Amino acid sequence: MSAARGSPRHQPRMAGGEAMLMNSLIFYFFALWAVASAILMVTRRNVVHSAVFLVSTLVATAGIYLQLEAEFLFAVQLLLFAGGIAVLFLFAIMLTNLRVSAPWPPSNRRKFVAIAFAVALAAECAFAIFGRRGSLRVSVVPQMPAANTEAVASRLFSHFMLPLEITAILLLAAMLGAALMVKRQTE
Amino acid sequence: MIHAILKAAQALLVPVAGVIAMVILLPLLAGYILLVKRKIIADQPDQRDQPDRPLAPPASAQRLLQPFEDVWALALQPDTLPRHADKLLFWFAPMLAAAIALLACSAIPFGPAFPMADLNVGLLFILAVASLGIYAILLGGPSANNHDSLDALRSAARYLSYGMVAALALASALMLAGSLSLRQIVQAQYDQGTWFILYAPVGFFAYLAASIVQVRHPSGDPGSGAGFLRALGILAEYANMIVFAGLATTLFFGGWLRPFARFHDHFLSTPVEMLDALPALLFLALAFYGASAAPQQRSKAHKIAIGSGAGLCVLLAAVMAASLFAAPGVMAAVHGAFWFLAKALACLYGFVWLRFTFPLYRFDRLMRVAWQFLIPLTLANLIGVGVAIVLREQLGVNPFFPSLVMTVATAGVAAWLWGGRNERGARESASPAADGGW
Repeated sequence: MSAARGSPRHQPRMAGGEAMLMNSLIFYFFALWAVASAILMVTRRNVVHSAVFLVSTLVATAGIYLQLEAEFLFAVQLLLFAGGIAVLFLFAIMLTNLRVSAPWPPSNRRKFVAIAFAVALAAECAFAIFGRRGSLRVSVVPQMPAANTEAVASRLFSHFMLPLEITAILLLAAMLGAALMVKRQTE
Repeated sequence: MIHAILKAAQALLVPVAGVIAMVILLPLLAGYILLVKRKIIADQPDQRDQPDRPLAPPASAQRLLQPFEDVWALALQPDTLPRHADKLLFWFAPMLAAAIALLACSAIPFGPAFPMADLNVGLLFILAVASLGIYAILLGGPSANNHDSLDALRSAARYLSYGMVAALALASALMLAGSLSLRQIVQAQYDQGTWFILYAPVGFFAYLAASIVQVRHPSGDPGSGAGFLRALGILAEYANMIVFAGLATTLFFGGWLRPFARFHDHFLSTPVEMLDALPALLFLALAFYGASAAPQQRSKAHKIAIGSGAGLCVLLAAVMAASLFAAPGVMAAVHGAFWFLAKALACLYGFVWLRFTFPLYRFDRLMRVAWQFLIPLTLANLIGVGVAIVLREQLGVNPFFPSLVMTVATAGVAAWLWGGRNERGARESASPAADGGW
């Protein structure tokens, strides 16, 4: 439990049960936020509103990471997913369909595929909860090293150096390709 | 259970009080930035006939109440909603902008004893939160559902590009400190015995340039309606200036450290150091100035206002002096806050001055400056800082020497890049189709 953590930066003003209660409150706040905006995302007819609620879901998930003391993951979630990838969604929407507030059809023909995926996901969750594959109890924080950002960095730049470099070169190639395509079009 | 809730509420009391204080104080500070901005613009010789004419220059006592008047004037006007506007987004965008700016402020350590949120990735937190600011810009356009969305895309591209410049520029201070925690970055400046502006001046200036472009928020621009939403846009812009000043102070100007923090003088064999007496002396000097200026004021109200200002300075001087003899923790807290605020306000003044007197660039030129000048320059700066760190730590060279050499080299790169940029710019503007983009 969270109160058992001995890291020195958590010399809390509260101990034991209060810390757990706070953790639960914060968790439920972000969890409710995430679920509510996820539901709103799939039910909105306006694409821009959907995109905004997608970002909202990502931000709420980042909040849960922060509550779990995975600060690096929190920052990456905000910088990359909420601040980067979701921005591209909005860019794409705005560039392809300038009349953004025109309502889209409420559903499409992929309904059955969606239902299949939903059932599969629900089965997965049920298996995780009831199949003793792991604990899904609230605010179980494993013993994290106090400086997990540094730990991630040293692991990334020593043990995973080669995959990191390969990914970087791949991304560079993709970026150059995109720039080249744009250049060919304008010329 | 109820006991636990009460205990939790008690533990939340201090953070919540801090948040409320911040939500009240930051808009107030933003109002005074507006006042300073008007004063600066009024002092520009060529800006005197503008329609949005700033106030008369004399800084009279009545002007100190001007921010309240401004806010009321803006907030009481009705919001003009464009005809086909998306109402939800129209309201959401400026609110998001203001909320993000305030959230970023909360991670800035305003002194050793005032960490609102002492995250161990404070710098990353601020950058991550600031990266969400793009939504406020991007959604501000389509909410009006007209051609503004093209403008919004341009603003968003501008925000992204200069956000990259800012992150790369801040990374130089990060490399010098070896930590993402703002508190430890200040501590590193104490340990290394100097402010990081001396080791990475190029990083600071690139961050300054990037921030000048980045803080502009479209809904704060004149002509973007009136009313409460425009007030929120202005608040977002000014709160982002405060974030700039706080971050620049923390990363490049030693945060809450006193100048010459490592130099301990114990003249007269007292425990009090002469440099620690500076704040009190400064306030005393201000008080004397106020007291001598008060009788010469024209109206009685001015006399009272200036006189009470002098009284306030005496009070502050007394607080500064008394904390010298208090417990070391109290002294560090009070003086840390003083030095931080002094540096941050100086940064803020310089920033406002540059922001509102620097000419606006056309969009394509702005992007060219970012991608062909600032980003290569900040990358070169990172390499230079890295080489300097290696020279210092591996070879044990005097720390200032490699930094100086590397700074000169980076400045050379800057000159080279700028020269090449101008040549290309001249060539491309000869053929009008070369602008490209949107």
